Amino acid sequence: MKLKVGEDRGPVSRRGFLQRSALGVAAIAVTPAGALLNASEAWGLEVKGLKPETMKTLILVARDIYPHDKVPDRFYAVAMKTYDEKAASDPAAKAATEAFVAALDGTAGPGGYAGLGWEAQRVAVLREMSHDPMFQTIRGGLVVSLYNNHDLWPIFGYEGESYSKGGYLHRGFDDIDWL
Amino acid sequence: MSAKFDQNDDSVVVIVGSGAGGGTLGNELAQKGVKVVILEAGPRTEYTDFVNDEWESFGQLAWKDMRTTSGDWRVHKDFPNLPAWIVKSVGGSTTHWAGASLRFQEHEFKTATTYGRVNGANLLDWPITLAEMKPYYARAEDKMGVTRTNDLPGLPGNNNFKVLKAGADKIGYKDCNTGHMAINSIERDDRNSCHQTGFCFQGCKWGAKWSTLYTEIPKGEKTGNLEVRPDSHVAHIEHDASGKVTGVVYFDKAGKIQRQKARIVAVAGNSIESPRLLLNSASSKFPDGLANSSGQVGRNYMRHLTASVYAVFDKPVHMYRGTTMAGNIGDEARHDGNRGFVGGYYFQTLSLGLPFMAAFLDPGAWGREFTTALDSYVNMAGLWVVGEDMPQETNRITLSDAKDQWGLPVANVNCDDHPNDLAMRNHAYKQGAALYDAVGATRVFPTPPYPSTHNLGTNRMSENPRDGVVNKYGQTHDIKNLFVSDGSQFTTGGAENPTLTIVSLAIRQAEFIADQMKGNTI
Repeated sequence: MKLKVGEDRGPVSRRGFLQRSALGVAAIAVTPAGALLNASEAWGLEVKGLKPETMKTLILVARDIYPHDKVPDRFYAVAMKTYDEKAASDPAAKAATEAFVAALDGTAGPGGYAGLGWEAQRVAVLREMSHDPMFQTIRGGLVVSLYNNHDLWPIFGYEGESYSKGGYLHRGFDDIDWL
Repeated sequence: MSAKFDQNDDSVVVIVGSGAGGGTLGNELAQKGVKVVILEAGPRTEYTDFVNDEWESFGQLAWKDMRTTSGDWRVHKDFPNLPAWIVKSVGGSTTHWAGASLRFQEHEFKTATTYGRVNGANLLDWPITLAEMKPYYARAEDKMGVTRTNDLPGLPGNNNFKVLKAGADKIGYKDCNTGHMAINSIERDDRNSCHQTGFCFQGCKWGAKWSTLYTEIPKGEKTGNLEVRPDSHVAHIEHDASGKVTGVVYFDKAGKIQRQKARIVAVAGNSIESPRLLLNSASSKFPDGLANSSGQVGRNYMRHLTASVYAVFDKPVHMYRGTTMAGNIGDEARHDGNRGFVGGYYFQTLSLGLPFMAAFLDPGAWGREFTTALDSYVNMAGLWVVGEDMPQETNRITLSDAKDQWGLPVANVNCDDHPNDLAMRNHAYKQGAALYDAVGATRVFPTPPYPSTHNLGTNRMSENPRDGVVNKYGQTHDIKNLFVSDGSQFTTGGAENPTLTIVSLAIRQAEFIADQMKGNTI
């Protein structure tokens, strides 16, 4: 589903500009078909169970809980996919997720959670919601769904599996040179 | 080629658990011609099938059966159903341990005499001394191939060790080296030497680290006297009218109830399951559980202080490269009341991969303060504190209202820190930070205790039957043919990693059991 140039007609305000220039979800657009698209990172995500705006907000929430400026959006999107999948098959899960995001939006004020331009503002909203069981579920799930993504590891310099390469005996296990 | 004993053969020794205690006892008895059945709750996963992946390995090897927790320990808050990170697989926790193999110090066998009265602590002298243990320590070190013993060279130091050593030198520690490790520094005992792979906690795919899985157990099986039955979860121990144990009831892989008769039963399910089994074996004759006339079954649970310090530097360390526990500092292991606490502790290097660092560096934490730490993952060094925590009667395993997959009451682990534990831990955090600061750390993280990898004391040894559960041979005071063979025997914890002492006790216990059987005393 290609996004036509100029199709994303978000507000051309200072806030809108800040959103767009911040790394992350501002770069995610909701297509007319209700999918999510990140043109700069060149990926799209079909949203099956949740409202597209809800999924977009969840991806932003994931980044705000565990912000890494060098980690592209798609890792947060992959980490949160499970909430859309669950919503597609379980009405109670769908309701709980939508309600949580609605509560975030309500606390955030007009423009909703994703409308808050500064990370600090959004984190303040999350802190207010941090005792909500849904927040803890999301946070706890991200510990694995984000950091156990093998494709993420090179970004942090973690080299992963080692036995098949003969261990580190000849691959720098003692190569520290600055002590 | 390995044995297969009839379930009605009441001449066998039944051992519950196949780890450091159970696996070693099984082989030692088999070598002496005694017939042994080891019942292991977990599956048999061979070392070639281990995986270099933290979460996948956890799924493969870790004990994940239901447990509950209580008390003021942080583990209860962060991991309410995971009090311990131990193994449910043939080999027990010897599959995933780090390999550190230190002998107890002399005074650690007599803490009541040495430390005096410590309020709230249930201190007691062991009914054995270091002098009596020495020959067994020597045999265990030889069996396990412990580096720096028997002329075996120490392992080379990895990056994480080099940072530790540099810091140790700077703050004046004198006793820092790459440790006494049960990891082959040279090829030995038909096993590979260490390739510094960095996944020790996920099982050694080279077989270089000692584990009963590929040492004691196959050696015992080769005699024709040892049968290991995996996927056999012992539910309770049966006894006759006179109080003698007669066998065990267990669930097999299909969930069917099986019975194995026994001449002797030895319990080696680690310090949470072993007391749970004794408590779940309560009967009209023994309403408080087996071997519990003292009331001490389940009590005095110890977990070795445990704490970590991670430090960030402005240049790379790559601490995950190489052995997970690559060094040891012994300067704080002494007993020295001038520091404000009794007992001592060691610093040992520790490394976690990115996934586990995210989970355990600061459980529950989120936001930039946390993520900036992970951003510097490759520049991190880390150490772990292992120290003598105080036995408290109220730190105990009891039966929970919760039930497991077999409908059996699960263990609840209740644990509160003792003031001595807090004082020791705080001292260790300070010293650990000072060590890393001395070599230029930009940030230091005192990390709270993880789910316990050392679990001790819950069926403790005592001279007097009213003070503990077993005697100096791990034989229960109440029932002559019932033994305890794991770390739950420990009267006190010492500061040292427990496995070497568990193996040494098992070698000694095998001698005693074989003697008693020969003399028809049991």
